[in-house]
Amino acid sequence: MGRFWSLLFLSVPILGVLTFLWAALGWYPLEGHWFPELVVADSSIDHLFYVILWMTGLVFIGTGLAMFWFLWKYDDTKHDGPVWYSHGSHLLEIIWSVVPAVVILFLAIYQMDAWAGARMRRPMLENGQPKPPIARVTGRQFEWKIQYPGNDKQFDTPDDLYTTNDLHVPRDEEVVLEITSEDVLHSFFLPNFREKQDVVPGMKQFIWFKPVKDGKYDIVCAELCGWGHYKMKGQITVESASDYRAWLEKAYNEQELSEYSLAEAE
Amino acid sequence: MSSITADGQATHAHTSNEFGVGEFITTYVFSRDHKVIGLQFLFSTLLWFLIGGLLAIGIRWQLAWPWSDMPVIGPMLFSAEGGQISPEFYTMLFTMHATVMTFLVIIPILAGAFGNYLIPLMIGADDMAFPTLNMLSYWVMWPAFLFFGGSFFVAGNGASSGWTSYPPLASMTEAAPGSGLAQTMWLIALTCVGISSMMGSVNYMTTIIQMRAPGMTMMRLPMTIWGMFITALLQAFALPVLTAAGFMQLADRLFGTGFFVPEGLIVNNSEMAAGGGQPLLWQHLFWFYSHPAVYIMILPAMGMVSDILACFARKPLFGYKPMVYAICGIAGLGFIVWGHHMFVSGMNPGLGMTFMVATMMIALPSAVKTFNWLGTIYGGKIQFTTPMLFALSFVLMFVIGGLSGIFMAATPVDIFIHDTYFIVAHFHYVLFGGTAMAVFGAIYFWFPKMFGRMMNEPLGKIHFLLTFLFMNGTFFTMHILGAVGFPRRLADPYHYETFRHLLPMNQFMTICAILMVACQIFFIVNFFYSIFFGPKAGRNPWHANGLEWQAPSPPGHGNFDFQPIVYRGPYEYGSPEVDEDYYPQTQPPNQRGDTDEPATMVNH
Repeated sequence: MGRFWSLLFLSVPILGVLTFLWAALGWYPLEGHWFPELVVADSSIDHLFYVILWMTGLVFIGTGLAMFWFLWKYDDTKHDGPVWYSHGSHLLEIIWSVVPAVVILFLAIYQMDAWAGARMRRPMLENGQPKPPIARVTGRQFEWKIQYPGNDKQFDTPDDLYTTNDLHVPRDEEVVLEITSEDVLHSFFLPNFREKQDVVPGMKQFIWFKPVKDGKYDIVCAELCGWGHYKMKGQITVESASDYRAWLEKAYNEQELSEYSLAEAE
Repeated sequence: MSSITADGQATHAHTSNEFGVGEFITTYVFSRDHKVIGLQFLFSTLLWFLIGGLLAIGIRWQLAWPWSDMPVIGPMLFSAEGGQISPEFYTMLFTMHATVMTFLVIIPILAGAFGNYLIPLMIGADDMAFPTLNMLSYWVMWPAFLFFGGSFFVAGNGASSGWTSYPPLASMTEAAPGSGLAQTMWLIALTCVGISSMMGSVNYMTTIIQMRAPGMTMMRLPMTIWGMFITALLQAFALPVLTAAGFMQLADRLFGTGFFVPEGLIVNNSEMAAGGGQPLLWQHLFWFYSHPAVYIMILPAMGMVSDILACFARKPLFGYKPMVYAICGIAGLGFIVWGHHMFVSGMNPGLGMTFMVATMMIALPSAVKTFNWLGTIYGGKIQFTTPMLFALSFVLMFVIGGLSGIFMAATPVDIFIHDTYFIVAHFHYVLFGGTAMAVFGAIYFWFPKMFGRMMNEPLGKIHFLLTFLFMNGTFFTMHILGAVGFPRRLADPYHYETFRHLLPMNQFMTICAILMVACQIFFIVNFFYSIFFGPKAGRNPWHANGLEWQAPSPPGHGNFDFQPIVYRGPYEYGSPEVDEDYYPQTQPPNQRGDTDEPATMVNH
């Protein structure tokens, strides 16, 4: 039976690697079972994922094969002769401590730039001031409230535009969003943008990205926010700068009209 | 009245007059014997393991066939909805699944069951240092069992703020249906679990330091004991923080304080009175315990696996000292990495970088352990017994779980995969593929000592094979879902276009999960049948070296019928010094060992 068990353990690295390959290549029946389409300029997260995938994949295959080989070769029923009576090897311990240390250190340093780009280097205006947010996104049970500052570029003034679950952003521009919550924790997750940030009540946070492809994409809530968490679905639309401005104007006019109608109805 | 006969078998010499109700209660219910307490923990946690598994099936059912009637169980549980799982109920399911598995299964089965049973036996002591405290550590679990169990039957049908219980959702009774009384009961139960663990950890530390048999130096301790010892240290230092945080959350809920609730919240269209707090504070306090808890949930398993691997490879454990240092290293680093759960939480990004580097460093001791396990089986004479198969699968599954951890440690990658099924895959590989498989291996391994009988090997191997296959079928595919960004904790992920095509994959996983739970029947049958009818085991059926194998099976009160004296470490298999391929710790040098007699007979 030793042979059978060795092969069973061998099947783990083989099937594991095949599953990943199958999904990454998008072959039947795993079409679309890999990253959703990337629609922002910065691909560093995907790149880093692949770097780690290759590294860990090699270690996984290496340890899997070694384990299989040892089990196959040193099966008690097939293997005669004394065991390798050894309590360890100082040299080996040093090798398998230092080599992973170097690799891990490389990885830690290698990713710092991507992290700084995503979270610490907020886009600047030409005058050196931080770029103001294009919109404020507020999470609440169970919807995303979107607020555009209007022509005066100031939030909470009479010309602000309000929408719900419908965020529009211009293509090919660095977009900064202000995100906040008015009740519990939410998490603003844009799978196609590789962007996720918990939305914390009592805190004002900024995220940024540069969309490069037109389309409509999901805004997902990734933090448990109550029973209706699954319903908290928004949509982000990427469009050309002119389309974006036209939409803003149209939405603003509609808002004005509905406010006027409401007042009249009362 | 227990006594030990000359052949070492424990007997209970009593008549019906001598062994009354009172003695039954002190022997089997409120027992101060570490072995009885260990078995009490074992039976209780195995029962909760089953409950936790069934809760998981509810989660998987909803993800595979959302909003459809659950056969058999559905109409019984929620007839009002026509047998469907409601979003509230789904939220409760994953909250309680995780809570039960973490706090009522894995932590108490490792420390409570195996820690209690094995520590005195393996170090050559007759009991724990504080037997009464030990008894209390089990009975303090009962309020926890009752509060967690009872929370299913109060408003909300169980806590539903996630097992991490993040405020403000968890702090405010208004925030969700399951955050009323059920959440309060959850917090009280958690405190009881904490008190129990604290009592255990004090006992384990004292026992291991003070009560070792002559000759049992720290560097001759079996790895199981090292795992338990370091775990006890972790618990002693980290648990008070969680307990304090739990009280703070209770105060927020019951007395209107605002530790974790910021100013000006509007819930259900009314502004909250409390305020001035900070939700991230809870996250820091919670993960300050719950990240080390990840190691509390794996270090003893690592120790047990090391013992099993060496025994069935019939050669010494490779690199004993580096293995000990690696455990210490993991525990030390475990204290300074809690922030990696908070990379996207709103914590200062500069702090994220520090936590990232510390987290990455945990890969080093983990690699040392893995390579040493491989070194242990290299050049051995491998016996493919059931415990060995579980131990080997622990190593392979831990490699997967460990390597996927590197993705999370990388802060930019974590932005995408945080709160997705990639994380779920990772911790199930560590905690089910790793710890639970080690626990099964340990039960098969130490069962002869616990009950004096052997478990059935063919049934054990079928149990292993099916569990192994369906476990990988369930959890490996989660990595793929995670790559798409499939979020955790959504009652209906197909509400979003991005995840709609993942339904068939989820159905495959659910079928695997149901089969994985179903095949545990082989274990249950084997376990209970063998307790009563399994073939009798001698003192040392596996020809192992540890002290526990020199005691009678099962050991009587006081454990040893001789004074154990330790001459060497526990991993002297295949030694050229003796004819047999093992060399028990108690056997004096240059003396032949005997399988079923204690090596040294000294009057107790």
